[in-house]
Amino acid sequence: MTVTIYVPRDSGALSLGAEKVAKAIAGEIERRGADARIVRNGSRGLYWLEPMVEVETSEGRVAYGPVNARDVASLFEAGFLTGGAHSLSLGDPENIPFLAKQTRLTFARVGIIDPVSLDDYRAHGGFAGLEKALKLTPADIVSQVTESGLRGRGGAGFPTGIKWKTVLDTPGEQKYIVCNADEGDSGTFSDRMVMEGDPFVLIEGMTIAGVAVGATKGYIYLRSEYPHAQKALNEALTVARQAGILGKSVLGSRHAFDIEVRMGAGAYVCGEETSLLDSLEGKRGQVRAKPPLPAHKGLFGKPTVINNVISLASVPIILEKGATFYKDFGMGRSRGTIPIQIAGNVKHPGLFEAAFGLTLGELVDGIGGGTASGRPVRAVQVGGPLGAYFPRELFDTPFDYEAFAAKDGLIGHAGIVVFDDTVDMLKQARFAMEFCAIESCGKCTPCRVGAVRGVETLDRIARNIEPEKQVALVTDLCNTMKFGSLCALGGFTPYPVMSALTHFPEDFRPQPVKVAAE
Amino acid sequence: MQQAGTEITARTLAVVEEWREAEGPLLPILHGVQEEFGYIPSEALPVIAGALNISRADVHGVVTFYHDFRERPAGRHVLKLCQAESCQSMGSDAVAERVQKLLGIGFNETAKDGSVTLEPVYCLGLCACSPSAMLDGEVIGRLDDDKIDEIVAEVRA
Repeated sequence: MTVTIYVPRDSGALSLGAEKVAKAIAGEIERRGADARIVRNGSRGLYWLEPMVEVETSEGRVAYGPVNARDVASLFEAGFLTGGAHSLSLGDPENIPFLAKQTRLTFARVGIIDPVSLDDYRAHGGFAGLEKALKLTPADIVSQVTESGLRGRGGAGFPTGIKWKTVLDTPGEQKYIVCNADEGDSGTFSDRMVMEGDPFVLIEGMTIAGVAVGATKGYIYLRSEYPHAQKALNEALTVARQAGILGKSVLGSRHAFDIEVRMGAGAYVCGEETSLLDSLEGKRGQVRAKPPLPAHKGLFGKPTVINNVISLASVPIILEKGATFYKDFGMGRSRGTIPIQIAGNVKHPGLFEAAFGLTLGELVDGIGGGTASGRPVRAVQVGGPLGAYFPRELFDTPFDYEAFAAKDGLIGHAGIVVFDDTVDMLKQARFAMEFCAIESCGKCTPCRVGAVRGVETLDRIARNIEPEKQVALVTDLCNTMKFGSLCALGGFTPYPVMSALTHFPEDFRPQPVKVAAE
Repeated sequence: MQQAGTEITARTLAVVEEWREAEGPLLPILHGVQEEFGYIPSEALPVIAGALNISRADVHGVVTFYHDFRERPAGRHVLKLCQAESCQSMGSDAVAERVQKLLGIGFNETAKDGSVTLEPVYCLGLCACSPSAMLDGEVIGRLDDDKIDEIVAEVRA
């Protein structure tokens, strides 16, 4: 029987040499005349073990990692085609605690299947959600999504079902489904993993959205930093069209729907939904004032559902298993599961999907295993470059939209970046302002000018020029940016800056020795 | 010059033609033109503007808004170093300093021999493999001194 060997095609695994590993394995198969084939899967998300190679044996899958190309010959010597013991052997990957502790709903298939194999997708429950949706009325599909409690996973946390209902209720000859795949927040990579590891689930989610609101065209606005996701999506779209899932008749129904991938061009602000729409229209990616809402006047002025990748990829399982199934996970008003991305200076970086409610400490110290450097954790930034820095004192905060807001933070797109005690929080605050200045679309003054003034003011603190006055000035400036900016770029840059100031004031005090040393 | 201009026009029009039926075609066209020439030649702007019936200022405005579009050719290799928070937490500052020293250029500069252009990038989605980089579209994670030396040797070759 042909043995199946899985070598990830995920960017993270590729960045650590997965391509060379796949080539070495192919070479060894050839040399030994072994009866084996290689499948390029997504990543399981255990990045400290990547490239993680898995072999399908009679007792189930056996994992090995991290595998270097030079380990491949010895793996074959050890009989890894039958799950033989080797120093890199990890046993059944599902038993690795990092994976065993997760609740994988949205990521159920990622790392397991061949991402562009429709047979694999169907064999693992694919299209059950879409098939159910096709038997429901549009209003019933929307109410399932509303009742599930699903909120926008891109960061804003707005109820997905309400967006859909607004578009459903807005008359229009042409409506659009736009997927926001401009995942620009540092510390986040869940969108990328889904698009590379299970693109059909996004296609299915978008198609359900199209059927629900009466849209016939979908766009995936993908950031240009993700060439491997582009490739996987386009391969999957071609397969879906050939199989009659997309096109004039979705799965033989009266609904037409098709999807096109459009590439961004390196502008962070295009992750903001209205600037993304302008960018898709071929304009400068500048933020629009709201109202009108995209649901009323979105892409080309037409009613538009615009959702994040994870929001859309969570829809199929909601339709398949029902709103109640999904809603039963989570806490408070944060329902379902959230794919948390643990990144930065951490021993076990990776993707951890779990119901809302785990504390920050459990995630960083427990699941993440503390820092990679072995030094104490000093700060974690949650929610990307516009998220707050939390000190250890706030590690009892549960992962929940409202709980983070109550501590002047946000969960955003659920990325956690861990810093050890060598971090300079004044430098991090300065970077937040600098990033805002680089990426500002320029439309509103608080963001465009405020960010530049913010950098200058923080630089004066570093140079020890009337530091108390500068702190007061930066606080006032943050207030203006928070309440006066048109969108979250200028409006949320105060989160990292003010949290650094509030929780790590010692880094903003005069440090004559340090200044002299520089 | 005349001939070069005519050639740019023809090649630009061929790219425009591919997207004529598409909705919102400007970004795909600019990506296509950049792929064709390696940058967006100024001679291409009026051609695109004319074909899409928009002003040359509109096209210029879009080209200059996005970090990806170049107004002049890059080096033979393009090296992007991630400078965002996750990579910062794993020492991207030191990586950038070492790379700049070895290549003898700063960010957004091209080596005098045209071998390489160095650029910062804000997140490659490789935050679980920090610090990270992208060399000519290939992703590289967990940069260390050995990997940096390899990259430098490759772009100099």
